[in-house]
Amino acid sequence: MATVVSAVEMGARQREISVSEFFTKNRHLLGFDNPRKALLTCVKEAVDNALDAAEEAGILPDVVVTLEVAGNGSAPPASQATRFRVTVIDNGPGIVRQQIPPIFAKLLYGSKFHRLRMSRGQQGIGISAAGMYAQLTTGKPVQIISRPGARAAAHFFEVSIDTKKNEPRIFENKKIDWQHPRGTQVMLEIEGRYQKGRASVDEYLEQTAIANPHVDLVYHTPEGDTRTYPRTIHELPPQPREIKPHPYGIEFGVLLRMLHDTKSHSLAGFLAGDFSRVSPALAQEICKTAKLSPGATPRNIHGEDAEALYKAIQATKIMAPPSNCISPIGERAILHGLYKQIKGDFYTAVTRPPSVYRGNPFIIEAGLAFGRGPESATADAPAAPLAEGEQAKDDDELARVIRYANRVPLLYQQSACATFKAALETAWKNYGVAQSRGALPAGPMVIFVHMASVWVPFTSESKEAIADYDEIRKDIKLALQECGRRLGVFLRRRERAKSEFRRRNIFELYIEEVVEACARLKGGRLAKDKLKNQLQKIAARRTGGARTDEILGRDGGGPEGLPHSIIVTPEGPEGEAPSLPAVRGREGPPAETAAAEAEPPARRRGKTAPAPARKTAAKRRRAAPKRARR
Amino acid sequence: MAQARSHKLAAVEKKLVSVADVVITAADRSKDPTLAIPVRSLANVNFNEKRGIIELGKRKQERAFFNVGMAKKFMQTVLVADALAELQRADLTTSLREIYYRTKHTMKDSHENTFDGQNESDPLIEDLEVALAALREELHVRAENAGSVVGPLVLGDDGDRVDCARLGKGGYSVPSIVEPEYIEIRRCTADFVLLVEKGTQWNRLSEDKFWRRYNCVLLTGNGQPPRGVRRLARRLHQEYKIPVYVLVDNDPWGYYIYSVVKQGSINLAFESERMAIPKAKFIGLSSADPDRYGLPRNVGIKLNDKDVSRAKELLRYRWFQKKPWQEEIKRMLGAGLKYELDALANKDFRYLTKTYLPRKLKEEDWLD
Repeated sequence: MATVVSAVEMGARQREISVSEFFTKNRHLLGFDNPRKALLTCVKEAVDNALDAAEEAGILPDVVVTLEVAGNGSAPPASQATRFRVTVIDNGPGIVRQQIPPIFAKLLYGSKFHRLRMSRGQQGIGISAAGMYAQLTTGKPVQIISRPGARAAAHFFEVSIDTKKNEPRIFENKKIDWQHPRGTQVMLEIEGRYQKGRASVDEYLEQTAIANPHVDLVYHTPEGDTRTYPRTIHELPPQPREIKPHPYGIEFGVLLRMLHDTKSHSLAGFLAGDFSRVSPALAQEICKTAKLSPGATPRNIHGEDAEALYKAIQATKIMAPPSNCISPIGERAILHGLYKQIKGDFYTAVTRPPSVYRGNPFIIEAGLAFGRGPESATADAPAAPLAEGEQAKDDDELARVIRYANRVPLLYQQSACATFKAALETAWKNYGVAQSRGALPAGPMVIFVHMASVWVPFTSESKEAIADYDEIRKDIKLALQECGRRLGVFLRRRERAKSEFRRRNIFELYIEEVVEACARLKGGRLAKDKLKNQLQKIAARRTGGARTDEILGRDGGGPEGLPHSIIVTPEGPEGEAPSLPAVRGREGPPAETAAAEAEPPARRRGKTAPAPARKTAAKRRRAAPKRARR
Repeated sequence: MAQARSHKLAAVEKKLVSVADVVITAADRSKDPTLAIPVRSLANVNFNEKRGIIELGKRKQERAFFNVGMAKKFMQTVLVADALAELQRADLTTSLREIYYRTKHTMKDSHENTFDGQNESDPLIEDLEVALAALREELHVRAENAGSVVGPLVLGDDGDRVDCARLGKGGYSVPSIVEPEYIEIRRCTADFVLLVEKGTQWNRLSEDKFWRRYNCVLLTGNGQPPRGVRRLARRLHQEYKIPVYVLVDNDPWGYYIYSVVKQGSINLAFESERMAIPKAKFIGLSSADPDRYGLPRNVGIKLNDKDVSRAKELLRYRWFQKKPWQEEIKRMLGAGLKYELDALANKDFRYLTKTYLPRKLKEEDWLD
């Protein structure tokens, strides 16, 4: 017979579970499933916090990320190492001394959870979870240095979490000398793996730089390289405003809590004061619909009354929430970011007007970078004539989607993400890009999608994919379609110019061959130059001659009439392109450009069309005579 | 004869030079240089029932230089004409592949080749043959020696006397050019010519000295017979008034080989005049033979989709409209099986020599 356990005995086994204990068992929920992802998550949480803090304080962020292989004495190479030291330094406002331990060593402690305002972090779980992971895997506490300003002292802390109590345990707390006048440094020692490629720290930082061109980012890789992502936009994005919840987005339980917690003494006052977009008149109307007295005490409303109120709210027409709580990246900044990090021939960006899902306002932004860049045209040209059976390089790569939520790159669970689904659903074929069924479009293309919102609906706590709400997906598609339309225009024009150019070029080459062959056929008795001239004249007449140069372009808001776009030609970018610092040596040093123009036309046949370029150069000469090189 | 040859050479060279004249004249008049090339496809082919041969129609295709789609081909055509003229002047013969290599180079200041593969230059040679009404042999382009002959036949080749009755089992390898200027038929005492599709059966017949017992010339082209073999059969048929029998596999491709020998091919319709043997007879393998000769069903091969659609195509060709032929092809389709000549070995290794062909010849069991 089975042992009978009494309720008392069972009750004795029941006890509270601390969040920290829960985390140690369920760390995969927060993005610490495996060592590789854990390394990324730690970097990500620290960088997100740094950026949020600096932006909120109105400081243009400078962030330095350092990854080092940890180990005593001889450290293994980065690709083999299992222990890493992650250091993130920012120039933000620093942290008040008393707040340092709870921020870094107490789960679910933060400033961002309770307010409705767009920020990278949402829950107050990230950096302390990273600290907890460090503690779990290496036993090392988190080291923090923070200095609120040049006149204040820098404080050094070593903290870890008491996992039972979810309270910080402080090992070290002292004033130190720090070379930085202001900012915060976080250092974690964790178990991890460093791997390049998809969903790596490298990719995360690169994508962060794309979506945050106002950030100056320096990254010291564990292999000893230093990568710099210089700032190209020198102003902060507008500060997002904090808003009150919109009545549509609220859940019944939340309404009950708000009713209980409100400082208002009347129901009408509560509705008008604690929600956005509810005017006193509208509050009266809601009360009427719910058959409740506008003067009722909010805290006495529960049960059926509350339910009636909830239904009345949903049935009333209320204006969409204000969107000044969201700060989009902006078309110009997206363009700069893409242009800075991704080589291409064509860039464009679209910021959609604000929209609402479940009462939460959001803004979708999309961008495109297309092509391999003008340099590749010369690089791709074969070094030697092709032998039989050889072929030019195939273009079978698929487009890459880079996804962001509140400026934070999303690297995992692509296929579960609304952005990815929208990219699949967009009919790219209409814009001149190949696409097989159920696949991303093919071609050298990067698709950028950003969702900014006070509350981004993630599919899980580890913030990897945006949930698939119809409203969101629809808006993403609209943004992508606009990008696609512009790309289509660009591609069609380029194709046209290319075929014109090719035609003329082909004839030039072939005339040479035909004249030589005819001369041989005639046994050398032929006025070669005369025949050549005659044929060239016919060719020029047939291909429209100088008209080709004029086929492209017309005046408009952007290059070739395309708004918010950059077109890159061998002569340099055209449109709203930023001038890049010389670090990457990418915006044509004049020598290179001049050389390209001096080359005979036959050598320039490649993927890009020099014909529009020539026109571009001409246009610029007209516009800015000072910059003319010839 | 040497004089006749050089005379003809000059004529062919003139034709090739006329390609250059087209360009020069057009340029003088500021016109787009254009070559008119007869279309070589089923749509431009007529079956002349009276003569029993396939003839090329009158439709021509304009190949213009200053047309993006045709410019390269035009340029290539001129290059090939130049290479062919060079051959004429040097009095050399060469292969299709060597023409390709001779004309392949990169164009000035580019990485673009004049030709990327032989498949680009081969059709141009045929184009020029038709457009200039010059035979491939006259253009000095030869194919591989892909045929063999054995039998009571004496040939003169470059002054050598070749007695095809004294060449053992291997026989004489038929060159690709068998025009009277190159190959002289000095004597032929055979009663008929037997053209066999496959080398295996030709070897069997040659080894068994079939040709001696039945006094015939044995020819094979190893599959679709090349021009040399067809031309030799035609010359024997014409100059010595002896019948030609064709022995092929029982499948759509075998039927087509026979029809090419008999009426000429679609692609080389302009050559029919010189190549076709309208009186050639189809001796086997017929779709009626498995029954008549007791071939078991299990040595047949199931017709695949391609076979079926090809057979249906043949049914529509004007030169297969005779009733016995319609019955022949429909019988094959009805059975759903094809038979290789090799399948006869199922009965006996020498069944072909000892039983099949003797009975066929005796019963005069063939299709026209």
